[in-house]
Amino acid sequence: MSPLSFDLQLLNACAALLLLLSFSMLSQRRIVNLVNLLALQGALLCAATLLVAWRTGQGHLYLSAALTLALKVIGLPLLLHRLIRRLNVYWDAEPVINTSGTMLIGLLVVVFSFGLAQPISALASTATRSTLGIAIAVILLSFLTMITRRKAMSQVVAFLSMENGLFFGAMSATYGMPMVVELGVALDVLVAMLVLGVFFFQIREQFDSLDLHHLESLKEGE
Amino acid sequence: MDVSFSYLNACLAVLLAWGAIGLAGMIRPRSLGIAARTLFPLGALCGIALAVLAVLSIATPAERAVLPLGLPDLPFHVRRDPLASVFLALLGAASAGISIFSTGYFRKGEGALPGLLCLEYHVFLASMGLVLLADDAYAFMVAWETMALSSYFLVTTQHRIPEIRSAGFLYLLIAHVGAISILLSFGVMQGGSWQFTFDAMRAAHLSPGWATVAFGLAMFGFGAKAGLVPLHVWLPEAHPAAPSPVSALMSGVMLKTAVYGVLRVSFDLLGTPQWWWGLVALGLGLLSAFYGVIFAAVQTDMKRLLAWSSIENVGVIFTGVGLTIVFHGSGMGALAALALIATLYHCLNHAFMKSVLFLGTGSVLHATGERNLGRLGGLIHRMPWVAWLTLIGVLAIAGLPPLNGFVSEWLLLQAFLFAGDVPRTFVNMLLPVGAAVVALCTALAGYVMVKFFGVIFLGQPREAALAGAHDAGLVERLGLLWLALGCVGLGLFPVQVIETLDVVARDLLKLPAGRWGGDWWLLAPAAARHAAYGPLALFGVTLIVVALAGLGVRAVYRRRVRRGPAWDCGFVRLDARMQDTAEGFGQPIRHVFEPFFQMVRELPTPFDFAPRYRVTVGDRLWTLLYLPLGATVRWTADRVARLQQGRIATYLLYSFVTLIALLALVL
Repeated sequence: MSPLSFDLQLLNACAALLLLLSFSMLSQRRIVNLVNLLALQGALLCAATLLVAWRTGQGHLYLSAALTLALKVIGLPLLLHRLIRRLNVYWDAEPVINTSGTMLIGLLVVVFSFGLAQPISALASTATRSTLGIAIAVILLSFLTMITRRKAMSQVVAFLSMENGLFFGAMSATYGMPMVVELGVALDVLVAMLVLGVFFFQIREQFDSLDLHHLESLKEGE
Repeated sequence: MDVSFSYLNACLAVLLAWGAIGLAGMIRPRSLGIAARTLFPLGALCGIALAVLAVLSIATPAERAVLPLGLPDLPFHVRRDPLASVFLALLGAASAGISIFSTGYFRKGEGALPGLLCLEYHVFLASMGLVLLADDAYAFMVAWETMALSSYFLVTTQHRIPEIRSAGFLYLLIAHVGAISILLSFGVMQGGSWQFTFDAMRAAHLSPGWATVAFGLAMFGFGAKAGLVPLHVWLPEAHPAAPSPVSALMSGVMLKTAVYGVLRVSFDLLGTPQWWWGLVALGLGLLSAFYGVIFAAVQTDMKRLLAWSSIENVGVIFTGVGLTIVFHGSGMGALAALALIATLYHCLNHAFMKSVLFLGTGSVLHATGERNLGRLGGLIHRMPWVAWLTLIGVLAIAGLPPLNGFVSEWLLLQAFLFAGDVPRTFVNMLLPVGAAVVALCTALAGYVMVKFFGVIFLGQPREAALAGAHDAGLVERLGLLWLALGCVGLGLFPVQVIETLDVVARDLLKLPAGRWGGDWWLLAPAAARHAAYGPLALFGVTLIVVALAGLGVRAVYRRRVRRGPAWDCGFVRLDARMQDTAEGFGQPIRHVFEPFFQMVRELPTPFDFAPRYRVTVGDRLWTLLYLPLGATVRWTADRVARLQQGRIATYLLYSFVTLIALLALVL
């Protein structure tokens, strides 16, 4: 097996860092830190996109890197920080499953994703195919974060991180989605963020808290 | 679409006119004058037009068209053939009488607004017409569902009453279970072509197994609509709940669309039915006929009684369908045609006679406000028109010559008598038993009708309030008269009717064209020396004999007739409460067929000074079949409801697990 070129090694390092960040998001209970991790994840994503763009010479990837930078590194984290201050939620409650348990499940998920990515990356022709497993792992870990959190705020952060994973996956499998799709997704995320922001205020107004277990009372019957 | 004149286009125009009349009712929905007094007669005219068109078109070859309706790439196909014509004639003629009656029937302040009622009523009529004309599964299902929904709203006209709401719900539920089954049947019948036009289904070659599945599903689905036992439970609930013209329409016409569906599926779409399917239809038919009639005999609510009687008649009709399939499958074309003619004839007859009876109960209900037989009686003096016209319907449904009920049941029995020729050992031994059951049901139907007519119209009024009862208005009488004349006409001119139906039977059973043998006045299905029936002669002789007897009596007792008090058997006082009651009249049947009923009796003790006797008769199938079924559904639903935890984390977990499972699947 020939040694990997330097830029590919750099890309793999980015991917590894992304995975590490996902794990730290899984265990992080301070919401402010969670948002910072998200911004960091965005920055890594931006760097990885730039690397791939430079390596493959695909012009549109520069644009999506810029988009990532504007939206995921600067825009959304700022918005989230403002929301945190306005809503005054700094800490998530005790997670549904304790942290070490969550981490163990996360490990299993990573193993599963790598197994899943194996046949796909064997078929893919991109230089970045080896990172596909990590992309899937990031998606599933973010999903896991959403499941284990109680505060709506952290669920939204996890949701955005999942979007990052998807983006990374698309890039490693096919050098990114078509520009139109990418723009659409970016817009979607922005709109979702705004709508969710409104929801936060509504939920707090109704239940005096952002803790989602209050929503259980909305269930039908009994 | 071709707009030149054809019977099909004309029929479609009538359906469109019905739709327009319905919508016109919504212009001023509160106005009874517009909705009832103007639009219903127009609807009746449309009905007459449809009946005329359909009768004229029976012998003409099939016509087809594609309507510019429906979804893109999925237009409605329509087709009119002799079978559809017969049922269109039934729809037109029966609905004309019912519409005329409705003109005078609907009053202010009863449930839904008159305009809304007018809309639902005419949409109901138009959708039944479309069911008969539809030539693809899509158009058929749309029409079928429209029919179910519009009739549901008609049943729940007085929706503020909880019993009526629950009756409506039961009807809707069974109608939809049936509709799903019909849909699945169409799904099987397309046979892998994924074309849902009826032409594609005719062309599809199904293996015998799949054809049986399709037939079974169709039988279940249409049986639910027709009220075959054990899917009959909605009928005795829905009919008392619905306004009388609606009951008449549902029982007289809508049930027949289910018969049409079974005939269409088994003889047209599936091509050649297997002979043993006939035994299934026959068995269910006989069971329904018997079950219906014994329950009719023990009812105390007059509309419930008629509903059970409808179950009986549907049973008789399905017996005919079954017999047709058995004969057809055994290659006995002429006998199959005879059985099919009997079936179609009974459909026509039942439409007329049951409509008369239901409308008659409507008039009684309006005059007295009472549905309970125990509070009626002696109404023949106060409502002579309704009483005499109802009497015609009663005699017809009891199967007495020279009225129409006799003809079709006689034809059916004739068909049964040839069952010995079926080349299958057990079948030709068992079929005569079926003939015996039909005969028993006919006899019991007579008993039921004596009870129905006797308790309502004869004897003394059981309540003082009945003295104020008034006869039906002019238009109501006209509607009843139309339908009663239908009963008489179908009874007196059977040869003409049968000649027409013969064309249909030959077309549907793909028999060579031929002419029905026989004279214009004498009906002889096989050979005149076997059995023959001349209704006009019978009627004439009966009239002459009655007239001579009357004259003779007058001559002998001339001027020696005097009126005096009736002999009271030595009792001190004879009052109206000493008459035979509905319960009393039904008691022998209740006793003989006791295992079929679920009875709760309250007998007074001998020392009770204010004794009360109460007996309620329930349907065993309800407790044996429906309640456990309902409990199972509920239990399952409760288990499924546990999925709903109310916690977002749980819901996310569901998605997560699904995602992982799907990913693992592709791995």
